Amino acid sequence: MNSLGDHLMIAPIVLPLLAGAIMLVLGGHRRNVNAAISVVTTLALVAIAIALLRAADASSTGVSGAYRLGDWPAPFAIVLVVDRLAAVMLLLTSVLALAAVLFSLARWHRVGIYFHALFQFQLMGINGAFLTGDLFNLFVFFEILLGASYGLALHGSGAARVTKGMHYIVVNLVASLLFLIGVGLIYGIAGTLNMADLAARIPAIRAEDRPLLEAGAGILGIAFLAKAAMWPLCFWLPDTYAAAPAPVASLFSILTKVGVYIVLRLWLLLFAGQAGASAHLGGELLLIGGMATIAFGAIGTLASQSMARLVAYSVLVSSGTVLAAIGMGQVGVIGAALFYLVSSTLGLAAFFLLIELVERGREPGADVLAVTRELYGEEYELEDTEEVGVAMPATLGMLGLAFICCALVISGLPPLSGFIGKFALLTEALNAQARAVPDSAWIFLVVLILSGLATLIATTRAGIQALWASPDRTVPRVRLIEAAPVVVLILLCAVQTIQAGPVLRFMNATAESLHRSDDYIRSVLGPAARLPTSQRQVQ
Amino acid sequence: MEITLALGIGVLAGSGVWLILRPRTFQVIIGLSLLSYAVNLFILAMGRLTTRAAPVLAAGAVSDPAQVADPLPQALVLTAIVISFATTALFLVVLLAARGLTGTDHVDGREPEA
Repeated sequence: MNSLGDHLMIAPIVLPLLAGAIMLVLGGHRRNVNAAISVVTTLALVAIAIALLRAADASSTGVSGAYRLGDWPAPFAIVLVVDRLAAVMLLLTSVLALAAVLFSLARWHRVGIYFHALFQFQLMGINGAFLTGDLFNLFVFFEILLGASYGLALHGSGAARVTKGMHYIVVNLVASLLFLIGVGLIYGIAGTLNMADLAARIPAIRAEDRPLLEAGAGILGIAFLAKAAMWPLCFWLPDTYAAAPAPVASLFSILTKVGVYIVLRLWLLLFAGQAGASAHLGGELLLIGGMATIAFGAIGTLASQSMARLVAYSVLVSSGTVLAAIGMGQVGVIGAALFYLVSSTLGLAAFFLLIELVERGREPGADVLAVTRELYGEEYELEDTEEVGVAMPATLGMLGLAFICCALVISGLPPLSGFIGKFALLTEALNAQARAVPDSAWIFLVVLILSGLATLIATTRAGIQALWASPDRTVPRVRLIEAAPVVVLILLCAVQTIQAGPVLRFMNATAESLHRSDDYIRSVLGPAARLPTSQRQVQ
Repeated sequence: MEITLALGIGVLAGSGVWLILRPRTFQVIIGLSLLSYAVNLFILAMGRLTTRAAPVLAAGAVSDPAQVADPLPQALVLTAIVISFATTALFLVVLLAARGLTGTDHVDGREPEA
């Protein structure tokens, strides 16, 4: 706890908090200073996430350690825990954030004040949710990330954004209240909110208390699944994401994954094989719900009129796939699902940024969205002088190529990483048992393949309409700083494809260490902790 | 005392849920406030209902934990109150913005066609 390296664990929370606070003090009108702070902080977050990932991967258990805030002993105070999964999610978040913040520099950060401050607070909330090892602290970080996301979803204002944003806020406030009820029930029964301590205590819960505990876990689950947008808790998502400004929607593609991450973390920690009578609580529900989400998302992509809605429905397909894979509960499937999660999130984030560039060319002269114009009528001169970038040679070709790559990634076609993710997922689902393949795996196969087909049809149609068939098409003016993030995100998908072997091995190691919850418990509570597996043997 | 508290939570939660399902934004915000009161009482109840129990341990005295009020739910409720207060304030601003932009206080931003 003394070396500087140990304190790196808390840096992903403290750094954006400080950056956001400094920006608030400086005031939202100093855009260039704010933008510089924001970019530097996000770059630092990428570096920190890489360092944490290396540390977690180098440790034998996959858990690089617990950070005790205030150095209080573990179950009595809040801990932060870095393991492989948390480190991967941190890295994914910071990479998406870097792309989004660079993209916003071209235009979006001028649409309203405090964009960068809200953006940093958003990052603080997301990073905190990934790092924390305490249920109530998780609630606090959820509220931070939600609070910032309300502000970002409304960024740029306009009637559509405010109405859709209001629905988003109400749904999330109700989900937060459910979260609190779940936390209350679990505390009332188990007497602790530390995740590791909870996992150690659950096998020993008396049989008559178990229904209440499971009810608490179920209510908690509803709150997370509403965030992860599992059907039928997902109706808020497409409207909100489609209405949000492009860089914000791009960052939001990680928000559903926060819900997925928590489900994965808590479910495997608390209700995996060793949880006694509560083992695999609700596993079938996750599987069925996940597949229903995939189906709903796939139908939604086919029915979408605008590209933003199409991508928003693809977010549902992506989180549904991972949820269904978690519901299967096998190590290999979860490893493959993590690979798919990373690739689909990168692809979706790139797609959200890209569609804004593509849509820009569809209405000649509508370089600035109508809402922006309404709000910033007085800044016309500024837009004329600064906004008009150099029309890149072969802009349209670049956009088209990027569009095809994004479509390939999210519909899961070769040669990009989406295909490898889905292929690994299906291989593991069908090979998982040496015995007969369960029916659910066959249904999963059909649903996944059909959803890929639906996404392909929808993206092809949208691509033809946007890039080929518009009669009044003009070459959109795209600045380099807007194109670069899209290209970088797609290149990362390509790197993930080329390095698929090492990445998949890493993800499988992650899934394995998730299933060995003893290591997690021991690294939080110390080597003398009572472990659920040893208790079960005693019973 | 248990029955009073349970009834209180039930009435608050019931009214809150009914109000959230109403079509006017003001009803929704009042519903959310009532629900958060119900949740706060519920968390407090989860730390055992005690009366006249000491809030903190006396220095040096090792007393029976059953004689002392559980401090953790109180801390949780305090945090929850602060957060729900902040989110309610934020929601109020969004509500007013929506009223100003759409000209109606219907949650969908337009009056339903009768």
